[in-house]
Amino acid sequence: MDELLVVEGLRKFFATSRGIVRAVQDVSFAIHPGETFGLVGESGSGKSTVAYMVMGMYRPTGGRILFKGQDITMPHARRPLVLKKELQIVFQDPGSSLNPRRSVREILELPLRVHHLVDGRKLRERVEELLNIVELPHDYAEKYPRALGGGEKQMVAIARALATEPSLLVLDEPTSALDVSIQAKIINTLVRIQKERRLGYLFITHDLSLMRNIAHRVAIMYLGRIMELAPAQVFFERPLHPYTQMLLSSIPVISEEEERLKPAKIVSTGEIPSPVNLPPGCVFHPRCREAREVCRREEPGMREVEVGHLVRCHLYGA
Amino acid sequence: MPDVLLDVQDLVVHFQVYGGYLKVLDGVTLQVRHQERVGLVGETGCGKTTTMKTIMGILPKPPGVVRGGRILFKGRDVLSMRPQELEHLRRSGISMIFQDPTAALNPVFTVGEQLEDAIRYALGKRDHASVREVALSALQNVALPDPPRILESYPVQLSGGMRQRVCIALALACPKELLIADEPGTSLDVTIQDQILRLIHRLAEERKMAVILISHSLGVIREWTERVYVMYAGTIVEEARTGELFARPLHPYTEALMRCVPKLTGTGIAEGIPGRIPDYFDPPSGCRFHPRCPHRMDICRQRKPQLFPVDRGHRVACFLFGRDSHG
Repeated sequence: MDELLVVEGLRKFFATSRGIVRAVQDVSFAIHPGETFGLVGESGSGKSTVAYMVMGMYRPTGGRILFKGQDITMPHARRPLVLKKELQIVFQDPGSSLNPRRSVREILELPLRVHHLVDGRKLRERVEELLNIVELPHDYAEKYPRALGGGEKQMVAIARALATEPSLLVLDEPTSALDVSIQAKIINTLVRIQKERRLGYLFITHDLSLMRNIAHRVAIMYLGRIMELAPAQVFFERPLHPYTQMLLSSIPVISEEEERLKPAKIVSTGEIPSPVNLPPGCVFHPRCREAREVCRREEPGMREVEVGHLVRCHLYGA
Repeated sequence: MPDVLLDVQDLVVHFQVYGGYLKVLDGVTLQVRHQERVGLVGETGCGKTTTMKTIMGILPKPPGVVRGGRILFKGRDVLSMRPQELEHLRRSGISMIFQDPTAALNPVFTVGEQLEDAIRYALGKRDHASVREVALSALQNVALPDPPRILESYPVQLSGGMRQRVCIALALACPKELLIADEPGTSLDVTIQDQILRLIHRLAEERKMAVILISHSLGVIREWTERVYVMYAGTIVEEARTGELFARPLHPYTEALMRCVPKLTGTGIAEGIPGRIPDYFDPPSGCRFHPRCPHRMDICRQRKPQLFPVDRGHRVACFLFGRDSHG
């Protein structure tokens, strides 16, 4: 197969003073070139932790990460430079991910120098090329982050990520802090770049409506587990997991047409439990209206109910 | 309108900064009737919160300066109220809840200490037992489990959703006629946001209270309000009944904004709105949206459009829909 990234049985536990936090448990998925794989979930569901493990920022407690068939489960410091070039990340808050004391030029030149991608004379040209890709004027090279709007900062962060010509981009809520009119521009730019370069995207967001419009496949996480994984259209049109249905029925939409696409209203109840003290059995059972005896006792496994559609729920058990 | 509870006319608010003034509010006009649920929608920095803080009389002055306009609450002029009258207004007239419940609660006092303080302040001095009783029932009203335990808790011991419920309990511990809810669930997850908005809706109905819901989310506004004001760069650009606005957005800004919202239908995402919100130090002349507007005409640069009526209750501040007597 031509998978770009394969994640198998990934786990991450953190030891804290209040106990062990099981942030990620048994997460598996694959991303293909040119594909946007979406990871949705509420806060504390572990979606960023997964992304950080892919980037090598956290060392997994268990499981494997393969990039183009090569095991990259080692921590960041031990990853070869060529590998770091291939995997890049864009964070949620461009205000804190860009150095305020460096000009846009310096910010964009850094990855080019670190990876020895172009020599001195070509640096200037390459910076301008990168600005072209994200549709920023060339004179922005001399500006400092504080002079840029939130959307423009995020465009610089995207340009920086593209500097090394990666094949996989991790996008961790890249537009959550921005207004929709600015989000639209960034999303369109990301979609165009992906088409031009066949990039794989690991796209993390809590915004399901946004996910519907960009992801090819979607996985939904809850308390460290993937609860459902399906091609985007199937995920939104035939959601199976009660959690997916509850989340989809809770999102506010702006037209009758969209209202009809939502599952029947499931009034959300309860709160997300603390990851230090997880409920026994299925972690969703305290909020699930379909919960039965078995859900309180046994954690369900992931089952493929139709091709490419996986669900972790006893309702769909054999 | 005889049943108008809050009437804001042509409110102009500037902020004094080094080297001049930020001309933030440029003639905001809005009304809220008794028991009405009104939405105020607009993007970051458009002046939603400034408008509400001015209504509450909590706009910090300086740097804020009210340059013009009128705010009438039940026919009484809020802008000329003395401090005691403003206190009375906040005690028994209007309450506000904010986006970030963590910042709204004092971390070093228990929920009970803060709530009981608010109750003593609003109801005058009362003996400890009866204040506690009011506090417990306030927590019950916002559907918090185990109120005696919550009273003993510090804010840090509660989840984001629970803290927002505590803030609502604080705001509504005593009867109010208007609740201003400023992005009440924005920092929370959608399922929790949904619970908070449902709670506000229920309380407003039970207490026959009007609500101004401020949000940047068009979806939230559509689901929870009866009438909407759309705000752009310190001006109201459109007002309409909620159903009407979403069926027939008229102002070029409203229309563009709705196109930018990702839809569940999966029909892709529109191109966004070119440019960015204006610099309040030197805002565009005429219509503040004109530099970004695809339909701009000469007059848009020269004159500020008033709200032109196009249908019952539907008004649009755009020269595509009317000309003033001078034009």
